[in-house]
Amino acid sequence: MSTNNTTTDNTTTAVNHDHRDDAGRKMGMWLFLFTELLLFGGLFLVYSIYRFMNPADFSNGSHHLDVFMGALNTMVLITSSLTVALSITAIQKGNSKLALRLLALTILLAIFFLVNKYFEWGHKIHYDLYPGTALFKALPPGEGLFYVLYYFMTGLHMIHVIVGAVILAVMGKYIREGSINSSNYVLLENGGLYWHLVDLIWIFLFPLLYLIH
Amino acid sequence: MVEQKPHIVEYLTNIYVWIALATLTIITIWVSEFDLKLLTVTVALGVASIKATLVLMYFMHLRFDSKILTIMVLVTMIVFLSLIVFTFFDYSYRS
Repeated sequence: MSTNNTTTDNTTTAVNHDHRDDAGRKMGMWLFLFTELLLFGGLFLVYSIYRFMNPADFSNGSHHLDVFMGALNTMVLITSSLTVALSITAIQKGNSKLALRLLALTILLAIFFLVNKYFEWGHKIHYDLYPGTALFKALPPGEGLFYVLYYFMTGLHMIHVIVGAVILAVMGKYIREGSINSSNYVLLENGGLYWHLVDLIWIFLFPLLYLIH
Repeated sequence: MVEQKPHIVEYLTNIYVWIALATLTIITIWVSEFDLKLLTVTVALGVASIKATLVLMYFMHLRFDSKILTIMVLVTMIVFLSLIVFTFFDYSYRS
């Protein structure tokens, strides 16, 4: 592919001669997102089947979750998705400074989400509501199953939030260095796609865990 | 392949999508207060699907990108939905 210009860094004049396949890179990102979708999809399926088999226990379990916390985190993630989308618009319009600020805001929102989760999990752990405790063993089996799935699904999602925030921080570094700019921003788009996936998963996790009683 | 002219989603468009997402979130929380019996799951997942579609089309640019990406997403959805439907067929008819 890039046989020319291998020794020099991309200067502004070299960009035009560089052969890039932005569409291909984006498609590659989407293929990766599909594997993520099926990873969480499998968990959604396990959750639905067990809910179908233990309706009363699952209902009791979800009644104990704090809808306000879940709703707050939903708003935080939706807003962070907006700031990433705005950041891409900004870089396309050549406003690197604004793009950088919006990315920083996104990462702050990600941290806010994690702090929220810390309090939410912390509250349950404080009351011994986690696998292995005497209280947990005394729960009806279906309710125990609900909490195991709750911890596993929100935990796996939390890992994705952390990874997404790190990816966006790296994108911020590239914007500052100028390697992501108004004529080459597919990396930021792909980082944004990952972040939106994190949001998409939460859009389904929230009603499944918190709202369906 | 010649690069297509990139489509820029305006700032305002993104903000409108955010308003729609926030409104739908409030609606779905409000509705969950009522006992709609069987409809509860349908409404909750229906609203979630509308929100997901908005994110996919606007924030993830599917509406403006090459159609092949949309087709790929739809195929993945169909695979996933068949997985759910067939597993439920199995469990529903066990005694």
